[in-house]
Amino acid sequence: MYRYIPATEDDRKEMLGVIGINNVDELFNDIPKDLKQSQPLNIGAPMSEIELKKRIEELGNKNSSDLICFRGAGAYDHYIPAAVDHLISRSEFYTAYTPYQPEISQGTLQCIFEYQTMIANLTGMFASNASMYDGATSAAEGAMVAATVTKRKEIVVSKSVNPETRKVLKTYCKFRDIEVVEVELDEGVTSIKDLKDKISDKTAGVIVQSPNFFGIIEDLDEIRENITDKKTKYIVYTDLVAMGMLKTPGESGADIVVGDAQSFSSGLAYGGPYLGFMAITKELIRKMPGRIVGESVDQDGKRSYVLTLQAREQHIRRYKATSNICSNHALNALAATICMGLLGKVGLEKMAEQCYKKSNYTLSKILETGRYKLKFNRPFFKEFVIEGEESPEIINEKLLKNGILGGYPLEKEYPELKNTSLVCTTEKRSKLEIDSFAKRMGEI
Amino acid sequence: MREYNKLIFEISKKGRCGYSLPEFEVENSIINLEIPKNLLKTKDIKLPEVSENGVVRHYTRLSNKNFGLDTGFYPLGSCTMKYNPKINEVIARNSKMVNLHPYQPEESVQGALEMMYEVETDLAEVAGMDQVSLQPAAGSHGEMTGLMLIKAYHEKNGDFKRKNIILPDSAHGTNPSSAQIVGYNVIEIKSTPEGDVDVEALKEHLNDELAGFMLTNPSTLGIFESNIKEISTLIHDAGGLLYYDGANMNAIMGKARPGDMGFDVMHYNLHKTFSTPHGGGGPGCGAIGFKNKLAPFQPVPVIEKTNNKYHLNYDKPDSIGKVRSFYGNYGVILRAYTYILTMGGSGLQTASETAVLNANYMMAKLKEHYPIAVDRVCKHEFVLTEPEHEKITTLDIAKRLLDFGYHPPTIYFPLIVKGAMMIEPTETESKETMDEFIDAMITIKKEMKEDPEVVLSAPRNTLIKRIDEGKAARDIIVTHSW
Repeated sequence: MYRYIPATEDDRKEMLGVIGINNVDELFNDIPKDLKQSQPLNIGAPMSEIELKKRIEELGNKNSSDLICFRGAGAYDHYIPAAVDHLISRSEFYTAYTPYQPEISQGTLQCIFEYQTMIANLTGMFASNASMYDGATSAAEGAMVAATVTKRKEIVVSKSVNPETRKVLKTYCKFRDIEVVEVELDEGVTSIKDLKDKISDKTAGVIVQSPNFFGIIEDLDEIRENITDKKTKYIVYTDLVAMGMLKTPGESGADIVVGDAQSFSSGLAYGGPYLGFMAITKELIRKMPGRIVGESVDQDGKRSYVLTLQAREQHIRRYKATSNICSNHALNALAATICMGLLGKVGLEKMAEQCYKKSNYTLSKILETGRYKLKFNRPFFKEFVIEGEESPEIINEKLLKNGILGGYPLEKEYPELKNTSLVCTTEKRSKLEIDSFAKRMGEI
Repeated sequence: MREYNKLIFEISKKGRCGYSLPEFEVENSIINLEIPKNLLKTKDIKLPEVSENGVVRHYTRLSNKNFGLDTGFYPLGSCTMKYNPKINEVIARNSKMVNLHPYQPEESVQGALEMMYEVETDLAEVAGMDQVSLQPAAGSHGEMTGLMLIKAYHEKNGDFKRKNIILPDSAHGTNPSSAQIVGYNVIEIKSTPEGDVDVEALKEHLNDELAGFMLTNPSTLGIFESNIKEISTLIHDAGGLLYYDGANMNAIMGKARPGDMGFDVMHYNLHKTFSTPHGGGGPGCGAIGFKNKLAPFQPVPVIEKTNNKYHLNYDKPDSIGKVRSFYGNYGVILRAYTYILTMGGSGLQTASETAVLNANYMMAKLKEHYPIAVDRVCKHEFVLTEPEHEKITTLDIAKRLLDFGYHPPTIYFPLIVKGAMMIEPTETESKETMDEFIDAMITIKKEMKEDPEVVLSAPRNTLIKRIDEGKAARDIIVTHSW
């Protein structure tokens, strides 16, 4: 007996009778004999819930979890309000499918519509899609949009964009014969001089990140001013938490805004599932990949929501579709929507302010130890780069023994940044935790 | 219950907030890096202002407007909507398993890596593949990744001429679009009236420009492709590779394996076959499996085990690179792991056998009332076609099913069947539920004759009636202004 399968022996007999056969195996007689599996699957015996929980405990004990986290680099330890998990655990949400039947899916559809509204508002753009896989794939898809509309084959990307994102971008571009050109750094931000040199009439899009991978706030207006070719699309990768303080990319003239909204209640989850977002100008909406929910009315004139502009999508346009994206990350988008609903204007401002202030405080405490210096003397949002004498790996090993996850060592991705760490402080860290982190950093 | 028709923005009132943080006292003097004014926001943030209980009540009410698997029967062909076990959700919230930063050192995440390694091993066993990568975030993302492996393989062999991907016209729409986005030409070949691949048509395209052939087996018609061995030989003899779309894996676990059929690379939809929830559209997880000859090209990092320790290997010079950040949809993988352990090998096989039994039972009963696309033994799904009627279409039947409390089958797919209705009961539905659904279908058939208006005007007892989809696409309203 398997607890998820309701069919009893009597049911089976009756069903076989209706079909007119004696044995379930006869239903597999269309599989050629030599392809029929003769051995049982080499996977263990079924486990009860009791055994299963023990197995998970066993595995869990091999992890160091719930560390006091000073690491970001694309995955952030923000607080998840209790109401979020409570609401996304409602099975009407999480056991639903893609809302192909809008009459019985208004819950999901309206949530996505609210999500789209919030994302568009926070980024200062015209529209958002119903979410994507993660920030890296959103950026890559954004680049594909730029290449498609401009019919150009070159993407210019700043080295201050998250290396993980640039790697995914390169994979996507390689298979479409699109060249990726990287712009050098100038003291931790995009070099305007190098950017100017690299933009040409072949450039489909320019991708920059702000706050960038080092946490530094880039001057998006200045970059926009240097993209003089009107055809070239300006793609900005951003952190929605920072929108509690900073000017929106929309105001700085972005054509496509992408990023990862993991910060809004997706949790760390060892890297996924996260929440890619994409917002776009009105001009580009019909080129946007992924699902979009639109408002309409039903036969009685009642306001209602439905998947729209589907003619761009793979299930209708097949090989002429704007992208092959089929699913979105609806449940993560729902979590983000609820999180943004709870935060509201005031909450987001508070969250952003605390990230900013606490990271600056962390920096000042680390500097007080006299063992480190700030690598780039520029305003940052919740992450900053410090440089010490010692290898960050050695420092982090010692911190880990004390239950602290230290900064992200940058040298592997940026060989020129020897003995540097990217330190992140979110609103979750207390003064006590920060003080003890800095103290331990000083002792090493 | 009273009808609720508000957006969160419409319950917003200035001064409310559903979020709180501890106060943080920092003297301003410590902050020495002030952000220049021109980078700071100039306008007010436009987010709703709602209290916590306001938010909770709003989204609880919206949840009531949703049909999920826990609400009722979801016979959505090719989408495999099987029961989502509750233990999966409990395990997926185990803080020791999930409260991990993706850049934690390997020695501090040995349990997480061991879990993923085991899932890879088990998935390889189910499909008869040599190796598995868990990185793709969705089935279509897996297709893209798998096709990238095919391309990298040919190019490594200096075979740059191979630019064509062939697929049958019954293929999922993601197949041709995935092939297109990795830079392939797509050639669609017609299926035979019996629903098989037209081998003669296939032969016309077997040349040195062939990169690969994509197939769903059992197909979207619910049919096991009986010529698969011949097809496999033909494709391989022509120098091409075989791609398996794993959307329909739920039909064959423990019965047959794509790897044994000759497929070189494939994707799994963990959210379909391994019971992880669809979440209203995602996240899914589209792991890929492949034969050893494609292993050098798999995305990095690769989870490896040496001396009983797990580590992430990025040092793969022929790898296609990264297809997403970090290592895959870990939270989804953990749910699939829970399911695999719960069912065990024998349970997975029983799941497939029961899914196929249920589908054939429903088909046997329904084909007396509705025309059937292909009348032969089906696997886990079968396709009905539109009954002759001067006015009523498949869409009307689907909408009428809503009145009976069911999610309708997949409609108008596969595209090769006129007015298709693709029904997939899965193994987790009881005979009683299937019988009730069959009765509803028979009732609708009677109504079509006796009272067509009731079908044409459906749905009538849902919260909203049919939506003007044309208007939504014409007057594009995709955000709310308030």
